[in-house]
This record gives sequence, structure tokens and C-alpha cells, in this order.
Amino acid sequence: MLEIKNLHATVAGKEILKGLNLTVRPGEVHAIMGPNGAGKSTLASVLAGNPVFTVTEGSVTFYGKDILTLAPEDRSREGVFMSFQYPVEIPGVSMVNFMRAAINEHRKYKGLEPISASEFLKLMRAKKEMVELDNKLANRSVNEGFSGGEKKRNEIFQMAMLEPRLSILDETDSGLDIDALRIVANGVNLLKNKDNASIVITHYQRLLDYIVPDFVHVLYQGRIVKTGSKELALELEERGYDWIKKEFDAQ
Amino acid sequence: MNEQQYIDLYRQTAELIKKHSATLLNDRRDEAFERFSTVGFPTSKQEDYLYCHLMDNLGINYGLNINRVNIPVDPTNVFKCDVPGIQAYLYFILNDEFYTRSDAAQKALPKGAVMCSMIEASERYPELVKHYLGKQIRENKDGFTAFNESFAQDGYFFYIPKDVVLDTPIQLINILRSDVDLMANGRNLIIVEDGAQGKLLVCDHTMDNVNFFANRVTEIFIGENAHFDYYALENTHNKTNSLSQIFVNQQADSRLITNIIGLNNGCTRNHIEIELNGERAETWLGGMLVSDCNQQTENFTVIRHNVPRCKSNELFKYILNGSAEGAFSGRILVQKGAQKTEAYQTNRNICLTKQARMYAKPQLEIYADDVKCGHGATTGQLDETALFYMQARGIGYAEARMLLLLAFTSDVLEHVEIEALRDRLHLLVEKRLRGEESKCKGCVIC
Repeated sequence: MLEIKNLHATVAGKEILKGLNLTVRPGEVHAIMGPNGAGKSTLASVLAGNPVFTVTEGSVTFYGKDILTLAPEDRSREGVFMSFQYPVEIPGVSMVNFMRAAINEHRKYKGLEPISASEFLKLMRAKKEMVELDNKLANRSVNEGFSGGEKKRNEIFQMAMLEPRLSILDETDSGLDIDALRIVANGVNLLKNKDNASIVITHYQRLLDYIVPDFVHVLYQGRIVKTGSKELALELEERGYDWIKKEFDAQ
Repeated sequence: MNEQQYIDLYRQTAELIKKHSATLLNDRRDEAFERFSTVGFPTSKQEDYLYCHLMDNLGINYGLNINRVNIPVDPTNVFKCDVPGIQAYLYFILNDEFYTRSDAAQKALPKGAVMCSMIEASERYPELVKHYLGKQIRENKDGFTAFNESFAQDGYFFYIPKDVVLDTPIQLINILRSDVDLMANGRNLIIVEDGAQGKLLVCDHTMDNVNFFANRVTEIFIGENAHFDYYALENTHNKTNSLSQIFVNQQADSRLITNIIGLNNGCTRNHIEIELNGERAETWLGGMLVSDCNQQTENFTVIRHNVPRCKSNELFKYILNGSAEGAFSGRILVQKGAQKTEAYQTNRNICLTKQARMYAKPQLEIYADDVKCGHGATTGQLDETALFYMQARGIGYAEARMLLLLAFTSDVLEHVEIEALRDRLHLLVEKRLRGEESKCKGCVIC
């Protein structure tokens, strides 16, 4: 479904991604690990269409469609979802209005009528339960006054509402305590099926105890330098990244 | 016309002005004119008028309807108020004349409350009018106020007697209607006696594509433990100059909401002075505006804490697009001895273009030492990270921008305590932000 070829991207003139290749097929879970500054979050941001980053070379196709030319909203409507590392607070915009606007824009893109009020409430209720999101949070402004854990849970809630074909979780585990981590991972697992896929970006192996990846990639200096099975994550946890850096630098 | 021409005009027409005016307004007229001929119109060299552009537009040869020539229009026919469910008592001011033939004006308000012309009030309630009129502007040496009191021949008188609670809001529509450039001076008086409660909505509309200059002076007296809401909604065209000066006197335990909403206008100055003269009086003063083209809007506010234990809260928010210019002056004075004062002021503005301009001037003068006061003013652009966040959820750029702007104004609109009006305002602001006309049905040009 997703084909990334030789992707180069810069921010403020500095090259962060330097020829990244990755293929994701339906039903797969890919973990992307790597040391600080390797370009993990940049990859997520570039895929979501953050205007801060500039793609200088390479291509990204999603079901054959060049998504780099699409506006961020159209990427979302095509079914690409990014869970933000730092979800944004939007005072004055209620979660309900925000979600309804998002759902209806997705439906419009597919040529569907806006969702009815009762159908929408039913959907909200079901998904809130799925990710154990407090009712109180759903009645507030988007992320306003949410704790770090609540913000992350809210990301998974939005993902559940929008049912993306590809979800990119950008360090969703950072700042989560063990219970929140379990709830978030549980939500991700419940949403998983044979037609969708996930890219899980993480620093630590911990999250992968809950979300079991089919592939583990190591990102270093803007490229994927090593790919393995879930055991690779355990090895990284134990040995750190230095041996991979050495291997790469020797080449 | 220039200053001298207005002075000459007054000298030539003073008798005619008085003939068609309220006697109690006439009592103040010559003195006001003396003041005007001494001080003249303000200039932008004066600190308080630094950002006011109304003076630039005085040169136009406005007509004044001194002889009270009948305006051939029935406002009840041309104006159908489009606030569903508001169910207010509806009154009109046609240019500068209280319209006495509307349904509401033909009947009396319940429980002895009164809404009528100043002409009628000075005949029917002379003692009441005399007791209050001019008391709150007595220290005022302002040229525009003096000009108003020289030329104003009518206005509205709104009176809620002691302990009377008016459940139904009063809606007053200012309609400017003329075939030639026109100036309208209105002099208004609001008295809310001890323990009384009421809500007034004032809407400004223009009906003809000529230059208008409206100069209105309103005094508001709020008695002990009285509650009053004053909502002003301006929806006029770009050739409208509007000066609205409001002088408020609040007594102990009274509560006032003043909310000034600007949806469309030409050049506007709202000058609001609130004096808190009784302990535990509370005032909420705020407003918002959506402005574009070359529109200029200024809210000039003064809150005086004269006694201890009063609270004031001020919140103004501007959205400036195109080459619009906004100005906000917020002066809070905490007098010596006004201990335990709580006074807060916030002014936030968004400039959507590089051409839009905002001038913010918060001023706190505190002469007491046991007070809680705070102020903040910010001017900036929409939060790009929030925009991207919304886009990343599939919400298109234009829609995301709209939601953010609506959210930006929502806390001002939350202070509209008439539900039907609040809902309507949310919709009008949304329409305005979408670039659709935000006028109510019934206005020919807004």
C-alpha cells in the first residue's frame, strides 16, 4: 500500500532524510527505531504533509497515488493518519465539533452525505469505550488541559473514529505510564485488521511488548540501515545502537 | 463641513433645533454649544484620539434633519428582525428620531417600565429625566459630546422602575436611511433602578448607499443590586461613520454586561466609560469584531474603580482582514481607597493579512495597594500548528481556519446571556468569516 523510494527531505535547509526506502503492505505492522536525530519524526511529518519539511528527492506512493503532491487534509482523507508526538491544544474548538468536521470532510471526499447526529453520537460513544477515553475529555476543547497520557489516548481515539488505512504512530509511547501505554496499545491492536497497516515509531522496545511488529527497522542518519524481525528490537534494547552505527559507518 | 460651518449652522438654526426637540435636552443645549465652540472637534494630536479617524470624515457635507422632515419609510415593513426566537420588544430609531408608530411603541411595557422618545420622556417624566440627564457626563469636556448635546433633538429613554424584572429583552434598531449624506445625533438615557433587571440589544443598520455620520451619547444609571445587559451589534456599510459614547454609573451590588459586536462597518469609535460607585459592583465589558477592506474600528474604554470590593473584567477580540485597522484602549483606574478591587483586562487580536493593523493600548492606573489586577494584550496570526493538526485529521485549510477563528471569538459570544441572540451571533460571525453576507434579512445594504 505504501511505497517510499529514495526519500530525501530537509528542514530549514538541513537534510534529515537521505534516501529512505520502505514498503508497507496491508495487515503489516512496522516498527521504526533509531537513535535521537536519526529522522524518525521527520519521516512521520513528511508522510503527513507538515509544510515545515521539504521533500527534495524521491517518491511516496499510497495505493499507487503520489501523496507528496496532496495537501495534508487529502492525505488524511485518503486514509493516512499520523498520531502526533505532541498533540496540539485548540482552545475553543470542542472535541465534538472537531471530530464531526473531520468525519464529514472524510465522507464528503468519498461522496457520502454528512453523518446524522444520532449516528455520530453512537460512533463517538463506541470509540470512546474502545480507547477508554473519559467522557469529560470528549466534552472539552481539543486537548485543552489534557494530561500527556490523555492527549495520547485522544490521538488513538481520533484514529479509531477515522479508521485509517495506514496509521503512523509517532512516539505515541513517550510520556506514558504503564497503564496508559497498555490502553493505547490495546486500542491500536483492536483497530488492527488485514486491510490496514501501522508504522510505529518508538525509542524503546517497551511499546513493542504490546504492539507486536512484523518488521523492525533501524533508522540512522536519514536512512533505514537495518531491518529485522521483532527480535531485533530486543537486541537493540540490550546492546544499544552503537554496534549499528559502527556497522553503518564502516560501510 | 468644517468646525466653523457647524458653529454657524447652530447659530442660524438654534431656535429651530429647540423647537423640534425635548425641552430637557434644550436646557443643556446652549451651554453645550458654548463648550463646543471653545474646544471644537478633537484632533488626533490628543492622546485619546490618536487612533480615531472619525475627524477625517467630518468634511463631508452631511445634511442634518433639523426641521424634522418626515422620512418616508416604515421600519417595521423594511426591517424584519432575523433573530429567531428572540421575542423581544422591538423599537426603532429612524436616523435620529424615535419611531413612535411601531407596535411596541404604541403599547406600554409591563410593570411600569418605559421605552420611549426623549421628547416624550421629558414631558411625561420630567423629574426623572432631570434627576439623571447629564449627571454622568458632567466632567466631560469632549468636543464630540458637546457637539452631540448641541445638535441632538431626540433619542430613546429606557426606564426600569425599582425591583421590576423585565424578562423579555428590549431590541432597539438604529436605522440610517437617507437619499443624501446625513448626520444623526442621538441623546439617550437609561435608568435601571435599585433591584431592577433588564436586557437591551441595540442594532445599527444602514439602508442607503450614502455617507452617514452617527454621533450618539448614552448615559446609563444602574441602581443598587440592579442587573443590566447592554448588547450592541453593528452591521453597517463601509460609508458609515459611527461614534457611540456610553457613560455608565453603577451602584453597590449591581451587575452589568456590556458586549459590543462589530460585524461590518465603515469607521467606528465606541467610547465606553464605566464608573463603579458602589461596593461589590461587577462589570463585564467586552466585544469582538470581524473587520476587512479599509474598515476602522476603535474601542476606547475606561473603567473607574472608585470604591472598594468591585470587580471588572474586560475582554476584547479582533479579527482583522484586508487592510482593516483596529484599535483598543483600555484604561482601568483604581482610585485611592478602592481596596480589594479585582480588575482584569484581556485584548487579543488576529491580523490575517500583512496589511491589517492593530493598535493596542492597555493602561492600568492603580492608587490602592490591596488589589488584584492584570492585563494582557497580544496581536498575532493564527496558530499554524493547530491548523496543520486539523488538516492532518482531514479538515480542509479553509474550514480549519474558520473553526479556529470561530473558536477565537467564542468566549466573547459566551457572554451574551440571551440564548437566541447568542446562537444567531455564532451563525452571523460564521457567515461573515465564510465571506457570505452577515446581514439580517431586511437590511437593503449592510
